[in-house]
Amino acid sequence: MTLALIVLLPFLGSLCAACLPASARNAEAWLAGIVATGCAALAASLFPEIAAGHVVRLSIPWLPQAGLELYLRMDGYAWLFTLLVSVMGALVVLYARYYMSPRDPVPRFFSFLMAFMGSMLGIVLSGNLIQLVVFWELTSITSFMLIAYWYHRPEARHGARMAAIVTGGGGLSLLLAVLMLGQIVGSYSLDDVLAAGDLIRAHRWYPAMLVLLAAAVLTKSAQFPFHFWLPHAMAAPTPVSAYLHSATMVKAGVFLLARLWPALAGTELWFWLICGGGAASLLLGAASATFQRDMKAVLAYSTVSHLGLITMLLGMNSELALIAAVFHMMNHATFKASLFMATGIVDHETGTRDLSRLSGLRHAMPLTATVAFVAAGAMAGVPLLNGFLSKEMFFTESLQAGGTGGLGIALPALAGLAGVFSVAYSLRFIHQVFFGPPATALPRTPREPTRGMLLPSALLVLGCLLIGMLPERTVGGALAIAAHALLGDRLPDYRLAIWHGFTASLLMSFVALAGGTALYVVLYVRGRALRRTPLISRLSGKRGFDVLNVTIFRGARRFVRTAFSQRLQVQLLLIVGAAAVAALLPLWRGGLAFGDAPLTPLDPTFAMLWLAGAICAVGAAVQAKFHRLMALIMVGCVGLVTSLTFAWFSAPDLALTQLTVEVITTVLILLGLRWLPRRIQFQEPLRHTLRARLRRSRDAAFAIAIGVGMAALAFAMLTRPGASRLGPFFLQNALEPAGGRNVVNVILVDFRAFDTLGEITVVGIVALVVYALLRRFRPAAESIDVPRAQREGLIGGGAHADPRALLPEGDLKIPAVLGRLLLPLAALVSVYFLLRGHDAPGGGFVGGLILATAMIVQYMVGGALWVESRLRIHPQVWIALGLLAAVAAGLAAWFAARPFLTAQVLELHAPLIGTVHLSSVLLFDLGVYLLVVGAALLMLVALAHQSLRSPRRELPGAVDGAAL
Amino acid sequence: MNAIFQGAAWFASLCFALAILLALVRLLRGPAAQDRVLAFDAIYMNGMLTLLMLGIRSGSLVYFGTALLIALFGFVGTVALAKFLLRGEVIEP
Repeated sequence: MTLALIVLLPFLGSLCAACLPASARNAEAWLAGIVATGCAALAASLFPEIAAGHVVRLSIPWLPQAGLELYLRMDGYAWLFTLLVSVMGALVVLYARYYMSPRDPVPRFFSFLMAFMGSMLGIVLSGNLIQLVVFWELTSITSFMLIAYWYHRPEARHGARMAAIVTGGGGLSLLLAVLMLGQIVGSYSLDDVLAAGDLIRAHRWYPAMLVLLAAAVLTKSAQFPFHFWLPHAMAAPTPVSAYLHSATMVKAGVFLLARLWPALAGTELWFWLICGGGAASLLLGAASATFQRDMKAVLAYSTVSHLGLITMLLGMNSELALIAAVFHMMNHATFKASLFMATGIVDHETGTRDLSRLSGLRHAMPLTATVAFVAAGAMAGVPLLNGFLSKEMFFTESLQAGGTGGLGIALPALAGLAGVFSVAYSLRFIHQVFFGPPATALPRTPREPTRGMLLPSALLVLGCLLIGMLPERTVGGALAIAAHALLGDRLPDYRLAIWHGFTASLLMSFVALAGGTALYVVLYVRGRALRRTPLISRLSGKRGFDVLNVTIFRGARRFVRTAFSQRLQVQLLLIVGAAAVAALLPLWRGGLAFGDAPLTPLDPTFAMLWLAGAICAVGAAVQAKFHRLMALIMVGCVGLVTSLTFAWFSAPDLALTQLTVEVITTVLILLGLRWLPRRIQFQEPLRHTLRARLRRSRDAAFAIAIGVGMAALAFAMLTRPGASRLGPFFLQNALEPAGGRNVVNVILVDFRAFDTLGEITVVGIVALVVYALLRRFRPAAESIDVPRAQREGLIGGGAHADPRALLPEGDLKIPAVLGRLLLPLAALVSVYFLLRGHDAPGGGFVGGLILATAMIVQYMVGGALWVESRLRIHPQVWIALGLLAAVAAGLAAWFAARPFLTAQVLELHAPLIGTVHLSSVLLFDLGVYLLVVGAALLMLVALAHQSLRSPRRELPGAVDGAAL
Repeated sequence: MNAIFQGAAWFASLCFALAILLALVRLLRGPAAQDRVLAFDAIYMNGMLTLLMLGIRSGSLVYFGTALLIALFGFVGTVALAKFLLRGEVIEP
C-alpha cells in the first residue's frame, strides 16, 4: 500500500496544485514540498524491509483475463532511486519557491512538476514493463509541458517540441522493444524478464530488440546521436533543468539500462551499442561543453558527457562497472543539480548567463561562489569530493574493459581525454564567472540571494563533501543494497575508498586534472573567444533534426497535393469508385444471385410517389449548383417520399425520424444559405469544350452504373429469405426479456445501448465543436450586409421584430401566433413520443427533434433577441444532463450486479393510477431526448447568432417605423 | 360495403399521389420561387393525406403518428422557406 501511495501522492498533489489560484505561491510550494518529503519519508519507512534484502510488491489486478495489472515493485535499486527522486524533488521545490517570479503562473509549474515526480516514481517502481512504458511517456509529456512553461518564448516552444519529438520517438521504440521482450519471455513482469536472461540473449530477436531499446534509452538520456535536444531543453526554468534535465528524467534511460542489465548485458552487441554510444557522448559532450558561452549550455553538454560516462560503464559488461555506474548516477545528480541551482542564482541576481559578460562574482556573492566552486570540483573529479570516487572507478574499469587489443588503449585514452575536457570546462565555469575583476554592465547588480534559494544547493554540496570524504559511512550501505538488488549472487567484491594506493587510475585522475588545467590556461591565455567547438561545431544535431522535420512536412504536403483534389467531383468519384471496387470484389468470386422471395404487388399510389421522388432527386442534383433554393425544396420532397416509403414498408420509426430530420435540415440549410451568394453565374467558356463534355458523360455513366448496382444489391438482399439471422433474434427477445414491444427502440436503448451511448456522445461533441467554431467565426464581408429582401423591401417586407413587442407587426403576425401556440402542443407531442417509444413508434431521438423544431420555430417567428429575452435555454446544460441521465441509467445496472446498461425494471404500485412500469431504459431514452434537444438547438442557434454579429442597423425597434 | 370502402380509399390515395405529381409540375416550372414553395407545401399536405389513406386501408394505427408529425411540422419547412424569401434570413436578430 505504501508503494501505491508513493506513486499516487504526487499525482494527487498535482491535481490540487492545478486548482489553486495563480497567486498562491507559498501554498503551492508547501503542497509540493510536503508531497515530495512525504514520498521520501514513505520510501524511508520501507528501509528495514529493503535492507533485509526483500522485494516489496503490490499488485492490483485490472484486466486479469489479459494479464494486465498495476504492479509496483521496490527492491534496493528502486528504493535508492525513489529516494533520489523524492529528495531531489523536495530540494528543487524549495529552490523553485524563491526562483519563480511572482508574475509566473505557478500553479501550472508545480502541478506539472509534481505530475513529473509521480511519473518518474512510476518508472522507478514499475514491476510491469508496459506500465513502465506508460510512465515513461508521462515523463516525456510533463517534460514537454515544463520546457514550454514560458511558452511566449519561441526558443522554449522549439526546445519543447524537439524534446517531445525525440523522446516521444524513443518512447515508441521502447514500446516496441518491450513488446518484443514480452513475446520472448512470455510475460511482461520484470521478475520474469530478469530471470530469463539466458533465454533473451540467445533469442533470434535479441539484436532487433536491443537496437530498439538502445534507441529508447539513448534518446531519453540524451546520448549521441540524439543528444541535441538536451541543450535546447535548457529554455525551461532552471529548477526544471536541475530536476528533470540533470538529476532525474535524463537518468531514466540509464536507470532502465541498469535495471535490465542482468538480463540483457554480456554480449558483444550490447558492448558496441551501449558502450559506443556512451563513449561518443562522453567525448563530444565534454568537448562541446568547453566551448559554450551560456552557463546552462555548459552544464547541459556536461550532462550529456556525464550520462555518456554512465552509459559507457553500463556497456562494459562488468559487474564492477555497473556498481560504478549506479554510484555515478547518484553523484552526478548531487553535484549537477547544485550547479544548476547556482547557475539559476547567478541568472536570477545578475540577469545574464553569458560567460563572456560575467566575471568576479565572488566579491558580490561569496557563498554562492563557494557552493559552486565545490560542486564544480566534484564535477571535475577533484579528490575528496564524490565525483572523484566514481570517476576513478570509471578509469579503473576503462583500463580493464578494452582487453589487450587496440581497444585496450583506445578506451582509457578516450576516458582520459574526456577527463581533461571535463576539468577544463569546470575550471572555466568557475573561473570566468566568479574570478577575475568584478563585472560591469550587468543587467542587474549582483548580490547574495535569499537563504532559501541557496539552501538546497548548499545541502547538495554538503552531500558531495560527505560522500567524497566518508564514502563507506554515508552511501556505502545504500549502494550495497542497490547493487545487491541488481546483481544478487553475482555481486563482486568492491570497496568504496578514497585511497586505493598508487594505481593507474589515480595517475589518470591526476593527468586529467593537470591536462585540463593546462588546456584551460592555453585557451584562456591565447584569448580565444571560445566561441565555437573546433572540428565538431559544424555537426549540428539540431540542424539535422530541423532539416528532417521540414523534409517530412514538405513531403507530406507534396503527397497531399498529388493524391488529393479539392474538387468535390473528383473526391466523390474516388470514394464511390473505391466503394464500388470493394463491393465488386466478392461479387466477382461469388456472383450476384437473386433470391426467390415472393414480390409485393406494385401499388400504383407508390409508383406515382416514387416517380415524383425520383424526379425530385434528379432535379435536386441538377439544380444544386445553379439554384440552391430550388434544390433544397426538391431535397425536401425526396425526404418526404422516402419517409412515406418507410412508413409503407412497416418502418414507422424510421419514417418518424426521417421526417423530423428533414424539417430540421431544411431550416439548417436555409440558415446557412443566408451567408452564401445568391446564385453562381457561369461565364466560363470551358463548360462546352469537348473535354468538359466527356468528363460529364463519364460522371453520368458512372453515377448511373453505381445507382443501378446499389439497386441490384438491395434487390438481391431483399429477395433472399432469411438472409439475416439477427432479425429473428431481436424479434424473439424484444418483449421477453427486454420488455418492449417496439423492437427498433429496444435495439437502440437496450440491445445496442452502448452503441447509442457512443453515438449520442459524438452528437454532443459535434454540437459543442460547431458552437465553438462558430463562436469566433465571422461571416464573409460580401454577405455581412442586410439581406437584399430586407434592404429593398421587395415583397411585403416590414421591419424585423421588435424584441419588446409581444407580437411582430406586419406579415409575420399570423405565423407568430400560430408558431407560439404550437410550442406547448409540440412539447406535449414530444413527451408523448418519448414515453411511448418502448412500445410504439417514437423514442427519445424523435421526441428531442420535435421539441428542438418547436423551439426553432420560436426563433423563426420572434427573432433571436425576442426569444432570448424571454426564455433562456442553455443547450449545453441539456447536453450535459442528457449524457448524465444516459450514463446514470447504465450505472443503475451495477447496483443489481449486472453488466453496464442492462435494463432494470421497477414495478411501482401507486394508488389510483395502478401499477406503474418503470424501466431504466426510459431514463436512458430521456438522456437521448435531452441531449438531442440540446445538440440540435446549440447548432442551429449558433448559426442563427451569426446575424447578430453583422454590423447591423441601429437598435431594433428604432428602425421599425422607418421601414414600415 | 367493405369492398366499396376499400376501393374508395384506394382511389383517394391514388388521387393524392396524382396531386403530388401535379404539384411537382408547379415545383419544376415555377416560375417564381413563391410558386415552388407553395407546391412544396401542397406536396407535404398530400403526403400526409396519402399516409392517412394508407392507415385507413390497412386498419393500422402506426401511420397516424407519422401523419400527426407531418400535420404539426410540415408547415415549418414552408414557413422557413417563406421567411427566407420574405426577409432573406430565417432567424433574425
